[in-house]
Amino acid sequence: MSYVLEINNVTKKFGDFTAVKSVSFNVEDGGFFSILGGSGCGKTTLLRMISGFEDVTEGELLIRGESMAGIPPERRPVNIVFQNLALFPMMNVEKNVAFGLQRQKLPKKEVNNRVTEMLERVGLVGFEKKKVTELSGGQRQRVAIARSLVLRPSILLLDEPLGALDRKLREHMKIELKVLQREIGTTFIYITHDQSEALVMSDHVAVMNEGQFEQIDTPKNLYKNPATSFVAGFVGESNEFNITGYADGELTTDNGCKLVKPGLDFQPKKLFIRPEAFILDSPETLPDVALINTRIRNILFDGANTKLSVVVKESSDEMLISLPQNAKFDNLHDGDDLQVGIHQDDLKCYKN
Amino acid sequence: MKKRSGTFYLLMVPVLLWLMLLIVIPHLDMVYRSFRFETDDWEMVFSLNNYLTFFRDQIYWLTFVKTALYSIGVTFLAFVVTFPVAFYLTKVVGKQYSSFMTLLLLIPIWIGELVTVYGWMILLRDNGVINTFLINIGIINEPIEMLFTNFSMTIGLLYMSMLFMIVPMMSALDSLDDSLIEAASDLGASKWTIFSKIIIPYTTPGIVSGGIIVFMLVIGDYVAPNILGGKSSLWFTEQIYNKFLMSFNWNEGAAFGFLLLGLSSAIVWVALKLSGQKLEKVGS
Repeated sequence: MSYVLEINNVTKKFGDFTAVKSVSFNVEDGGFFSILGGSGCGKTTLLRMISGFEDVTEGELLIRGESMAGIPPERRPVNIVFQNLALFPMMNVEKNVAFGLQRQKLPKKEVNNRVTEMLERVGLVGFEKKKVTELSGGQRQRVAIARSLVLRPSILLLDEPLGALDRKLREHMKIELKVLQREIGTTFIYITHDQSEALVMSDHVAVMNEGQFEQIDTPKNLYKNPATSFVAGFVGESNEFNITGYADGELTTDNGCKLVKPGLDFQPKKLFIRPEAFILDSPETLPDVALINTRIRNILFDGANTKLSVVVKESSDEMLISLPQNAKFDNLHDGDDLQVGIHQDDLKCYKN
Repeated sequence: MKKRSGTFYLLMVPVLLWLMLLIVIPHLDMVYRSFRFETDDWEMVFSLNNYLTFFRDQIYWLTFVKTALYSIGVTFLAFVVTFPVAFYLTKVVGKQYSSFMTLLLLIPIWIGELVTVYGWMILLRDNGVINTFLINIGIINEPIEMLFTNFSMTIGLLYMSMLFMIVPMMSALDSLDDSLIEAASDLGASKWTIFSKIIIPYTTPGIVSGGIIVFMLVIGDYVAPNILGGKSSLWFTEQIYNKFLMSFNWNEGAAFGFLLLGLSSAIVWVALKLSGQKLEKVGS
């Protein structure tokens, strides 16, 4: 298997502060790889090391098998789409896209052909002479991507480029980016704090926390089988419980639930349950399902995302339960008692 | 049409007073004078003679051309000298130092042009600081004549005007997002390309607006050319001064004043055209 990017034990220190701690990962050629993490987790530093704007304190960084040590940004086969896009305001669309090609001293004809081809690809034909300040958010986005892709980089780095867009456009651009990546086949490395962006678009997602990778996996596995409690809490919504005891295959939580979970070979401390993992429809009839008695405190109506905020009986702890929008549950009201079930496989337990 | 309130007219009064009393009326008076000519019979008539004097006498238009060329030169020098400083203060050094350093830069303005010009005399004269130093370290034996030359005049003009270049340039550079520079570098641009294709085009409005201020200050300056330039450095404002106060020929003086106004406006207009800027954009 050939990797377009190999990162081995890369560390970045700023004075005493270690922004990236001994991170290792490989990216397959032609994949869509996301790095997901909260602000200050080191994901932007990592991106800047790949692009060459920061040097690596320790470890090695290879692009297509070649070490990038000492190679400045302008000579690396990677291009970056900046968070604020960084389009050149004094140039029109065409000149922005042609900028990198002109730096390579290509013949004028080839520059023009490649610019035209790229603008066609991102759907900006007819905008060649427009000033970038006259474009809409989505169009500016496409100019920024075209400006980088026209250089045919080995890797395209994207630094939260959808952050500034409004929600509707962001949803649209997510799909557009994924389709574009499939068509062109360039490796995308996408930095984001928005888990939905990472999950929808990526082939692989790395979850980053405090300068380290918690888990690298496919979006589906990341969601279904979080490796650490951080991933379980960060990716998707989860109800978090503290575990006070584990004996004979039964968990005791600090709000008094007793849940059967056989086969753990460690002493669990934390329990995570997804809102949609709860079974509302006659849970008592199913095998391997633990039952929890709750009282509905609030129905948080949000269309398909409607949730119940419930309290576990004999405690004040709240948890969220997804409520399917079908006729069966239309007669639920605030204050009703509700028995919910949870399959033992959906109880995610962690050591810390 | 919308009905204006009393406050609107009240607020208009200071503006109108300023414009009429301080600008329009004095200029109209000067225009009138510039076309008046005293004949040999001591009779005042309307005539173009005041303007024609300028073209008849070689010394006038040679001074005029020299003044224009030197002013353009000083403006260019001001850009060359201040650009690295402005770049350093906005892009390299931290915010907390940069505001303090900018304040230091502005000190000469508080002192006033006359005092700084005398300061330069102390530095540049034959037994001044620079010559004494050069003789002491053995580079030269005889003092170099620097004072009362075009060189000392250029230094004086540059020193008093370049601060007016640095302020608009700094604000233009300040608004230049660092990510534009990084983006250019990422796309394969060399340092020189980043400078010539990104930084300079981006800051052109600031450079032009600073350039206009410097040019206007220099072309209309009297103190530096008169004191530092001495007899050898003729400046057009000195000719105007001489007309008014040495030969008491106000009419010719007024005509020369308008020629200077026309000349400087024409040069600014050409500069705006060449740099592709609009006056409204630069002025803001």
